Amino acid sequence: MAKLKATEVLFGPIFQNNPIALQILGICSALAVTTKMSTALVMSIAVIAVVSCSNVAVSAIRHYIPSSIRIIVQMTVIASLVIIVDQVLKAYLFETSKQLSVFVGLIITNCIVMGRAEGFAMKNGIPLSFLDGFGNGLGYGFVLMFVAFFRELFGSGSVFGYTVFPMIRNGGWYDPDNMMLLPPSAFFLIGFLIWVIRVFYPEQIEEA
Amino acid sequence: MKQRDSLAYTMGVAFALCVVCSLSVSAAYVFLKPRQEENKVLDRQRNIIDAAGLAADELGIPASDLSRDQVDELYRVVEERFVDLRSGTYTTEVGKDYDPREVINNAEPDYIEQMPADIVNPLGSEIRERVVRVYLIKDFKDQNVVRQVVLPVYGKGLWSTLYGYLALKKDIETVQGLTFYEHGETPGLGGEVDNANWKAQWVGRRVFDDEGNPALGVNKGPAPDENPYVVDGLSGATITSNGVTNLLQYWVSDHAYGPYLERLRAELSGGEPVPTTGGGAPPASDAAGENAEGEDATEDPIPVVQRKDPAPAAVSEGEDQ
Repeated sequence: MAKLKATEVLFGPIFQNNPIALQILGICSALAVTTKMSTALVMSIAVIAVVSCSNVAVSAIRHYIPSSIRIIVQMTVIASLVIIVDQVLKAYLFETSKQLSVFVGLIITNCIVMGRAEGFAMKNGIPLSFLDGFGNGLGYGFVLMFVAFFRELFGSGSVFGYTVFPMIRNGGWYDPDNMMLLPPSAFFLIGFLIWVIRVFYPEQIEEA
Repeated sequence: MKQRDSLAYTMGVAFALCVVCSLSVSAAYVFLKPRQEENKVLDRQRNIIDAAGLAADELGIPASDLSRDQVDELYRVVEERFVDLRSGTYTTEVGKDYDPREVINNAEPDYIEQMPADIVNPLGSEIRERVVRVYLIKDFKDQNVVRQVVLPVYGKGLWSTLYGYLALKKDIETVQGLTFYEHGETPGLGGEVDNANWKAQWVGRRVFDDEGNPALGVNKGPAPDENPYVVDGLSGATITSNGVTNLLQYWVSDHAYGPYLERLRAELSGGEPVPTTGGGAPPASDAAGENAEGEDATEDPIPVVQRKDPAPAAVSEGEDQ
């Protein structure tokens, strides 16, 4: 494998090789937790923590994992990390963890985490794997924050809970777009984001 | 490479991994458990305070902004009592650690009862708890004066069971607040049961119609102005909205809190205090309260008010403000 540059590994996944926008992984939670920016932020941090740690753990034991059970081993490592993150959130960020409800637990099934463990950490050293995990987490987080910004702004008229457009039901003038509160709106927003990214990186455009 | 794929090696790695992972998960659970429990208790108290509107009334801030100390301070006026659902009387047969949810989960025969066939339980379950915990909110100046009662309610929404508190004003006719402290509804849709503006609509809704039947609920679409019983529906969350209506109507009906509310209404409007059953003396803190009410009753006996009479309700609503 060619030498990988640390900065590329870290920043590549944010725009150029974004796990959601290019690889179309981890869409499920991008639809589910993006109605508010605060939950999206906590979810992003949780995913960054899990994917970084799982990459480090899998990379550290990559020479000892029997290939016949490697997927199960990765899964077990990821599941344990997710449970720990969930417990920490319940202890220190109780309110947000209530809103995230099952979605923290569902990080286990987030394809990004598994994909990076299998696709990168199994073949690379610990520092690079950490950067790759962190970078992919950031890429995921970037899309989540992008989607959540527009969904919260147009769906609830606020940003991070601070009112920007006072809603009619609170005595303001803004009639919120209820579709923004529904999961499909995240598809449209992710679609727009992919469009914008591909304007800058035309090599991502597939042959029609 | 060959050795890496041998059965013994594979088993060894799998075993070692399981030990390491289970140890770290257990450690996280054990070390964080006290904090999580504390959070849960605090959250429960905060929600009772929220349902009762104490934070807004006393300190002028939303319950979610209360500090731990402020919760402790406000919770002083809350008295926890146990009620036997069948008779509607207070009971002392259970201790402080009694948890209705555990009782149902473990199907403890002493504390559960079969649902009658014709009653729709909002959980869809065939059993329910026989004893529930209620919260009496006292006056800050006079601990003997009950100004509200907070009733735990729960029932199925779309994805999850909603657990919450319904606070009724002294007249047992008017809603003081409704809040859900635990649910797994879709954030942004059914999850909007947590929305402060939606919750605010419950304040002042009336529970029973003129015939004394439960009428409280969630409307489909915006609530009509002239209807005093319903609030706006949650858009995009019809099943959650219906679930809230079902659970409220079940819990205030004669099959659930009905008998207790009847007695409480009589007591709060100056009649007989709600009796205690189930052996053992009532908790010491209540003895004073019951004495005081006893004196009141001998001095100026007020007739027991029936539910069907709307006039006294209006009077006590006035007192409550």
